[in-house]
Amino acid sequence: METLMFYILSVVTVGSAVFVVLLRRPVYNVLFMILTMIGLAGFFILLRAEFVAMVQLIVYAGAIMVLFLFVIMLLNIDQIRPPVQARDIRWWAGALIAFALFGLILVVIKGIVLPAMETAVVAGQSNTELVAKELFTTYLLPFEIASVLLLAAIIGTVVLIRKQS
Amino acid sequence: MIPIPAINLGSILPALILCAAGLVVLAVGLFVRRGAVTVAALISLVGIVLAFMTNSPLRALNAEAFSGLVAADSFCWFLNILILIAVGLTVLISAKYLADEGMALPEYFVLLLFCAAGMMFMVSGNHILVIFIGLETLSISVYVLAGIHPAIPRSQESALKYLLLGAFSSGLFLYGAALLYGSAGSLALPALAKYFQAGSTSLMAKAGMGLLLIGFGFKVAAVPFHMWTPDVYEGAPTPITAFMSVGVKAAAFAAFVRVFFDSLAALQVNWSQILWVLALVTMILGNLAALVQDNIKRMLAYSSIAHAGYILVGMVAGHTEGTSALLYYLLAYTFTNMGAFGVVALVGRKGEANNMIDDYRGLAKLHPLLAVTMAIFLFSLAGVPPTAGFVGKFTIFSAAVKEGYVGLVIVGVLTSAISVYYYFRVVMKMYMEAPATEPQALHFGPAVVVGLLIAAVGVLYIGIFPITYLDLAAKSVMPLF
Repeated sequence: METLMFYILSVVTVGSAVFVVLLRRPVYNVLFMILTMIGLAGFFILLRAEFVAMVQLIVYAGAIMVLFLFVIMLLNIDQIRPPVQARDIRWWAGALIAFALFGLILVVIKGIVLPAMETAVVAGQSNTELVAKELFTTYLLPFEIASVLLLAAIIGTVVLIRKQS
Repeated sequence: MIPIPAINLGSILPALILCAAGLVVLAVGLFVRRGAVTVAALISLVGIVLAFMTNSPLRALNAEAFSGLVAADSFCWFLNILILIAVGLTVLISAKYLADEGMALPEYFVLLLFCAAGMMFMVSGNHILVIFIGLETLSISVYVLAGIHPAIPRSQESALKYLLLGAFSSGLFLYGAALLYGSAGSLALPALAKYFQAGSTSLMAKAGMGLLLIGFGFKVAAVPFHMWTPDVYEGAPTPITAFMSVGVKAAAFAAFVRVFFDSLAALQVNWSQILWVLALVTMILGNLAALVQDNIKRMLAYSSIAHAGYILVGMVAGHTEGTSALLYYLLAYTFTNMGAFGVVALVGRKGEANNMIDDYRGLAKLHPLLAVTMAIFLFSLAGVPPTAGFVGKFTIFSAAVKEGYVGLVIVGVLTSAISVYYYFRVVMKMYMEAPATEPQALHFGPAVVVGLLIAAVGVLYIGIFPITYLDLAAKSVMPLF
C-alpha cells in the first residue's frame, strides 16, 4: 500500500514539476507548483512527519503560492508572453551544465547508504510535540535569531517600498 | 516537565547588544524628525562600543553554550573585534554619505547593526544551522542595504542581482548541509568531526562538502563564484560596498575556516586541492581584471576578489600558521579596505558621481593630507612595507612555503607585482597630474575624518608592530586544532 502510494505521489509530484517549467502561462505554472507542493506534503506523511507535511501545505501551498497568484493577477503578468529564446551557444552550454549536474546528483544518490538512525516515531507522542520540544529547548537560539532575520526582512521591505512614494 | 537547557547569555552578549541597539535606533527613528541620521549614528556607535567592551570576556571563556550550538572562544572573540571595527568605521563613513545623498533613513543603521549581529552568530556558530541562520540574517540585511539608494537605478539593479545569485548560493549551501546531515546524522560541528575521523567518507558526504564550499566561495567572492562582485560593489552605496568587501568577507571566511578545519579536517586532502585551484584562478583573474578598470569602485571590487585569493592561500597552507596568518590578513585588510573605500566615499559626490579614477587627478595639490592617507591604503593593498598589507602577505606566503606550496606562492608574488600597477596608477594620478579645471570643494565631515584617521593609524600601527597581533591571531586559532 505504502509503495503504491509512493509511486502515485512520485508521478504526480515530478509530473507537475515538469509542467511548472514547460507551460508558458504563469497562472498554470503556479497552479502546477501548488500541486508539486501538495505531492511533497504527501511524501512527508508517508515518512510519518505530519508536522512538516502540515507546514508544507499551510505555508508553501497555501500562503506563498497564493501570494504568487495575487501578484500575477494584480500585475496582469499573464498577458505578457516571454519571447521564445533562441537556441544559441549559451542555451546549449546551459543545457549541458544542467545535465552534467543532474548526472552528478544521480551518481551521488545511487551511492547513498543511509546510516541507521533512531526512529523519530515515539509511541504516544505526536510528531508536532517532538518538534516543538526540540525547537524550544535544544534549538532555542536559532529559533530566536530567526526573529532578528524576519525583523530585518520586514524593515527592508518597508524601506524599499516607502522610498518609491 | 520539559528540562530547559542552560542559557548563557554572556556567550552571545555582543551580538545581543547590537540587536538591542538596532531596536533602539528603530524606535527613536519614529520620533526624531530633524537630525535623525545623526542620532541613529550616535546610538549605533554607543552600541558598538558597548559590544566591544562585552566581547573581551569571550576570549578566556572558551566554552560551548546553548546546548553546544554556539562556541564562545578566542576565535570568535578575534572575529567579533574585526566585525565591530568594520561596522564602526562604516557608521563613521556613512554619516557624510547619507547627508550628501539626502537619504534621511535611520533604518540604514538598523539594518547595519542587524547585519553585524548576524555575522557574530555566524562566526560563533558551532552548528551548521546557526551558521546558516547567521548567514541569512547578514545576507538579507546586505541585499536591502545594497539597494537602499532611492535615486540610483544601478543601486537597485545591484541589489536584485545580489539577491538572486545569493539565494541560489544559499540553496546550494543548504543542499550541501542536507547531504552532510544524511551521512553523519547531525549538523553539529563536533559530531561531524567525530563522524569523519572514524574514517567514514561516503560520496554523499564529499558532495555535501563540495556544495558547502560553493556556498562559502560565493560569499567570499572567489573565482569562479565572483560574477556578482563587480556589479554589486559598483552599484551599492559606497559605505555599504566597504562593509560588504570587509565584513561579509571576514565573517564568511571565519565560518569557512571553522567548518572546514574543525569538522571536515579529516577530508583536508580533498578540499585543500580544490582550494588550491580556486586560490590560483582567483589571484590571477582578480588582478588581471582590475588592470583595465576606470571606475575606482569597480577596480577595488576586482582587487577585493584578488585579496580573497591571497586569503585562500592561507587556507590551503592550513595548520596553525596558515590560519593565524589568515586572521592577521583579515585584520590588516579590514583597516586597509575600509580606509580606501572611506576616501572613495569622501571624494564621491551626490548621485555616486566623481567615482572614476580620473577624478583623482591632482588630489595631492588640492588636499595633500587626504592624498597621503589614500596613498597609505593603496600601498597597504599592494603590499608595500611598512604597512599592514605587507606583513599580511608575507606571513601568508611564508606559511604556504613552509607547507610546500611553492608554485602557489610564486603565482601570488607575481600577481601582487601586477597589482602594484593598478594601485600605483591612482597614486600617480593624485601626485603627477594636474587637477581638473574646476575642482569642487570636498565636504569633510568630522565623523569621516575620525574614521579615516583610525583606519590609517591602524594600517601603520599593526604594520610596524606586527608581533603582538600575529601572536594574538596565533592564540585565537588554538580552539580549532
